[in-house]
Amino acid sequence: MSAPAAPEKKEKISVPFDYNKYLRPNKLPHIWCPGCGHGIVLKAMLRAIDKSGFSKDQICVVSGIGCSSRTPGYVDFNTLHTLHGRALSFATGIKLAKPELKVIVVTGDGDALAIGGNHFIHTCRRNIDLTVLVFTNAIYGMTGGQYSPTTPMGSQATTSRYGSIEKPFDACEMAKASGASFVARGTAYHTLELEKTIHEAIMHKGTSVVDIIDACPTYFGRMNKYKSATHMMEVLEKDGTVSVKQVDKLPPEKVQGKFLRGVLHKDERPEYCEQYASLIMEKAKAK
Amino acid sequence: MAEKKKKLLQGNEACVEGALYAGCRFYAGYPITPSTEIAEGMSVRLPKLGGKFIQMEDEIASMAAIIGASLAGLKTLTATSGPGFSLKQEAIGYACLAEIPCVVINVMRGGPSTGYPTGPSQADIMQAKWGTHGDHPAISVTPAYVQEILTETVRAFNLAEKYRTPVVVLYDEIVGHMREPITMPAPGEIEVVDRAKVTCKPEEYFPYDDKYEVAPLAPFGTGYRFHVTGLNHKQDGFPTNDPKIIRENNERIMRKIENHKEDIWKNEETFLDDAEVAVFTIGSTARSARYAVNEARKAGIKAGLLRPLTIWPFPDRAVAELAKKVKAIIVPELNLGQMVLEVERCSRGATKVEGIHRVDGEPITPAQILEVIRKYK
Repeated sequence: MSAPAAPEKKEKISVPFDYNKYLRPNKLPHIWCPGCGHGIVLKAMLRAIDKSGFSKDQICVVSGIGCSSRTPGYVDFNTLHTLHGRALSFATGIKLAKPELKVIVVTGDGDALAIGGNHFIHTCRRNIDLTVLVFTNAIYGMTGGQYSPTTPMGSQATTSRYGSIEKPFDACEMAKASGASFVARGTAYHTLELEKTIHEAIMHKGTSVVDIIDACPTYFGRMNKYKSATHMMEVLEKDGTVSVKQVDKLPPEKVQGKFLRGVLHKDERPEYCEQYASLIMEKAKAK
Repeated sequence: MAEKKKKLLQGNEACVEGALYAGCRFYAGYPITPSTEIAEGMSVRLPKLGGKFIQMEDEIASMAAIIGASLAGLKTLTATSGPGFSLKQEAIGYACLAEIPCVVINVMRGGPSTGYPTGPSQADIMQAKWGTHGDHPAISVTPAYVQEILTETVRAFNLAEKYRTPVVVLYDEIVGHMREPITMPAPGEIEVVDRAKVTCKPEEYFPYDDKYEVAPLAPFGTGYRFHVTGLNHKQDGFPTNDPKIIRENNERIMRKIENHKEDIWKNEETFLDDAEVAVFTIGSTARSARYAVNEARKAGIKAGLLRPLTIWPFPDRAVAELAKKVKAIIVPELNLGQMVLEVERCSRGATKVEGIHRVDGEPITPAQILEVIRKYK
């Protein structure tokens, strides 16, 4: 008796995604180092935007200062490269002035959580409809590798030659505690999952924060003895994280010390611009 | 003709009226004495007009938010005082380089640091010019009367739109908190400059088009997709390291003000035709000076007053011409010597320049000024 024939595998027709539709080709190549995860995140962001259905004119991408903050220059939307730490404040002005725009903020962990920490928590508190993508590489790359607010304790940086003694921030915990109504984490390694997560963040009404772990092989990697960019991705992104969907099925020792991936928090809370229109403007006009 | 509407208003309230008259529809701010009444007024009035008010988490965020909202196409305002003005400097520089119109009110209080929050000062004059890093253009207007706070706030918005640059309205706490009867301007009575419309095709649009000295600025979300950065940039808005373009752009943002000083300057001259001694000052100190000059005239002393309503760009020509005609220029100011340095510079030794300075939180009195005028009779 011959074995039953294996069910025919459904053939997936893959149409290559046309990134050029959203890129400014004459502004490339980008400044990012070989092995940097930012390009992978950028591509996931573009696929997520494409899926969201917003037109290029409806999208506004705002950034601060740092490696990740160079993103707006490469993408064909309304784009604003602002001051170190202040991207969320500029973005708040744009969004409140023109709520019909879909405003996406691209920021790094130093930009968002150190110099921009105050703006970060208050943006979350207001729950204004901004999508905040935090490129977390645990280092200040643009200035040459100083320790950042997410650098793990004991890690080397050019300003922590004896190992960092500061407890790192968890951007997701901060966002959640501050009131963001959508909080998620992804990595450059899990690129398809990241695309889905960013898409969900874009479609969410309210402040949506996605903490994206991606590696800086040039500084963090070299200083902390990672063998290669791919080695870093495997250790920090693949093995260093656990999907929220699996966390209950795993023994505690496999979860210990790892970052959770996926949507970590979501609630339906009134959005700031809508509240402004329905509560403040309506009351003011009636008075 | 219908009788004009009169109101008894505080200086800061007149500022709100002026901003709304000019078409301001976005305010972001942070509470600070002695400017808070402006935020309070805007929070009540803006939503009635479909405008937006937001109290940000700090002064830096407020300045950044008004730049963002201006890029979205609205006329935008923030108001502050000394410590807040210091914090806003970073983003003011951004607006200078990225050429984003917006208006900043600085109701001057005693400094340095927290200083004397409820006392008047005129010690931010140099900061209004040199506060942010790097060479940058500066326009500052200096009203002295409640009515003038209204009209000068309108003028500040006009200059901001016309020259695509932040404009600072500087007045001291005395003028900000003083109440005076004012006449409300009818719609159309004062000129209001709106942002130049962009008419070209999106693919032909450059936010810093070098065909223009001041290129029109398209609002975000109107089909003109472009890039704005605080880095030195080319006419298309993208960063550049090209020394020639960097130099040209840095010089152009200065030149766009420098070449149009005649349009930006505004001076009030009192008894200057035959004056032998002149007073040069702004704000509440100019009110004391006017009284002193009148008293001097009654006493037969040929005194006059040059009162600039634009302090930056500095009225260099008016001062240089005055210096050739008078025995002395007296510069009373509520600081330890800021405008006086500019007056000395512009006089080029043609006359004697004497400052009167006060930093104890009290106003300079007419008697103090008159005493110095008498020295030069």
